[in-house]
Amino acid sequence: MPKLFSGAEIVFKCLEDQNVSHIFGYPGGAVLPIYDELKNFNSIKHILVRHEQGAGHAAEGYARSTGKPGVLLVTSGPGATNAVTALTDAYMDSVPLVCITGQVPTHLIGTDAFQECDTTGITRPCTKHNWLVKDVNDLAKIMHKAFEVATTGRPGPVLVDIPKDIQFQKSKYKNYKKNKKLNGKSHDNYSQKNIDELINLISKAKKPIFYTGGGVINSGTKASELLRELVYATGFPITSTLQGLGCFPADDNQFLGMLGMHGTYEANNAMYSCDLMINVGARFDDRITGKIDEFSPKSKKVHIDIDPSSINKNVKVDLAIVGDIKSVLTTTLKTFKKSKNNFSKSNKSQISNWWEQIQKWRSKRSLDYIGSEETIKPQYAIERLYELTKDKDTYITTEVGQHQMWAAQHYKFNKPNRWMTSGGLGTMGYGLPAAVGVQIAHPKKLVIDIAGEASVLMTMQEMSTAVQYNLPIKIFILNNEYMGMVRQWQELLHDKNYSESYTAALPDFVKMAEAYGCVGIRAKTPEELDDKIIEMLNTDRPVIFDCLVDKQENCFPMIPSGKPHNQMLLGPKDQKEKKITGKGRTLV
Amino acid sequence: MVNSKSAYSFAGKKQKPDTHIIVVWVDNEAGVLARVVGLFSGRGYNIESLAVAEVDQKQNISRITIVTTGTPQVVDQIKLQLKKLVPVHKVADFKREDKNVIFKEMALFKFVANNGNLNKAFEACKNFNPVILDKTNKSNVIQITALRREIDIMSKNLKKFGLVSVSRTGAVAMTRGSEIFK
Repeated sequence: MPKLFSGAEIVFKCLEDQNVSHIFGYPGGAVLPIYDELKNFNSIKHILVRHEQGAGHAAEGYARSTGKPGVLLVTSGPGATNAVTALTDAYMDSVPLVCITGQVPTHLIGTDAFQECDTTGITRPCTKHNWLVKDVNDLAKIMHKAFEVATTGRPGPVLVDIPKDIQFQKSKYKNYKKNKKLNGKSHDNYSQKNIDELINLISKAKKPIFYTGGGVINSGTKASELLRELVYATGFPITSTLQGLGCFPADDNQFLGMLGMHGTYEANNAMYSCDLMINVGARFDDRITGKIDEFSPKSKKVHIDIDPSSINKNVKVDLAIVGDIKSVLTTTLKTFKKSKNNFSKSNKSQISNWWEQIQKWRSKRSLDYIGSEETIKPQYAIERLYELTKDKDTYITTEVGQHQMWAAQHYKFNKPNRWMTSGGLGTMGYGLPAAVGVQIAHPKKLVIDIAGEASVLMTMQEMSTAVQYNLPIKIFILNNEYMGMVRQWQELLHDKNYSESYTAALPDFVKMAEAYGCVGIRAKTPEELDDKIIEMLNTDRPVIFDCLVDKQENCFPMIPSGKPHNQMLLGPKDQKEKKITGKGRTLV
Repeated sequence: MVNSKSAYSFAGKKQKPDTHIIVVWVDNEAGVLARVVGLFSGRGYNIESLAVAEVDQKQNISRITIVTTGTPQVVDQIKLQLKKLVPVHKVADFKREDKNVIFKEMALFKFVANNGNLNKAFEACKNFNPVILDKTNKSNVIQITALRREIDIMSKNLKKFGLVSVSRTGAVAMTRGSEIFK
């Protein structure tokens, strides 16, 4: 007779077979049998968070910085509902997560039992798929299927809800062999003809642009290498979405910077005026397109994406190539090299006017800001942080708001998987727990959460986690005492009625750091900033860095509401030249 | 143009919506209907009618027939989003005008009236394969199968013959000829 294992044991056997080394979680009544087994599985380390949302974001940070799925383990009821924000965040940004939740025993389901909630019902719209395990004999199959669904095709979160009685019941366990066949929802679905068509468009284009996104990063580091190869081989300009930063070196001359609502002048104008747009793993999000009817009106559009439902969802495209970026780029490069050797040289004259035009846009220097000797400009703080950390292999996470956009604009990423930010859902409070997850995955690397003081307070309790596990994460707070992006929109769109966007009673972050048992550092003037940053970098413990910045600074450039790409608002420097008064701005 | 106070863009030009019949083959498992219906409500798609039942007991396959309206872009999205659901096997889409597809709905009518009117009611249903399922001396229940619009009209017109209750199914569909949808 084969050996029987309890449901709780099977959970860990599955995690072992899936090569999971870390899980983020929080115990509770309905998962106690699973927690009881933890001691018997030494290869799996549990990270105790302080709130289930933190577990989710930490798992996201872990997943995005490694390319492996993140795993979280939480209890029923409030444990599950607290994880919902993180699951939705992962769903929007295509992050592979496996969330294991406890559930009340099967005979109590539907009776409004203590800490019962309809977990699969609540999480159905924010997961790729979820399962309520009703029979212990199905548990192993479901667990492995969960990993498969989370990691194949367009990645995303999944959830397995396991009632407490199932965790006690016994069943057989067969060792898992990885099935090479994909789940049928994710296979490449393009032909050589599509690739030939793409190459034909590339060779004809006079004003081409690559528009790349998080799909490149999700496809693995090899995809980023292939993308670089293709961009160099064509000599075309390239712009990236917020999620795609790092798949192409930001300091390369062919890189136009980020596009979209707070993208550069050159990137957005190039998107508007191009005649060929090659979208590689991006999804025409509304922060990117602005007004859809006037989005890049004269271009042929190519869309390479693994998710067929992303094609023609927001923007109609002329050529759709459905497949994994890595596979599509491999085929494209192979064909391209065969037929168009030396293309970037021979094609130089055809796109030289385009590059001249781009240089003109570039000369606007749209990311410039007016410096100050008295107060720290937030952009300056990011620039200095970048200069002082660029020689290290640094991982950056962010919260959501102005600081996030400034980080995207002024911190230059040269490698994929180094930039973790909540793009689709825009979850304030993402960065700190995400930094915890990143540091767990990369214990020796420098991990910095570029934060705002309002966002970071939403998940501040995870500092306690960082201290418990000696994670030397650096929380770099750009403190302007406002919910900065809210304040900016109120200034521009709501007649400077700063309704509830000022935080009147902020904690003393330095003392708070000390209370948590980590290190607090405060910088007040531009003069002392460098020294303080160096002090932070030299501290091998978690640090909360309270950087007091200009309270009124706005994030420019900006595409105002309902406007196309070629009608951007530029920063105060440019506005002075154009004599746009404060009143004019509020009319936008 | 009105000054926007929103950081979102305005709604663009709308295309003309069409009526489509979407047929979905799914694993008959717990929550599968909620997944399909939740997808429609969550993404703001329309459901005009819905019919679902298991059609293959051996392989546990259910067939869901949904009548929906949407612009070509929306209908495309509906199909692609449905195909992404894990328990979904295949998705077919027919336009209501499609001559190669048969659409049928069933309705049950209950009449309470005198014999004369009951006979008239049955007579009026003549074109829609009426079957009398129950009869007493002052009432009857008639089953008809017809198109949606025909049943709409019938349930209006039959009021005068003592129609007191209507129960109807959603539309089901099948292609004509020997071909089956793969």
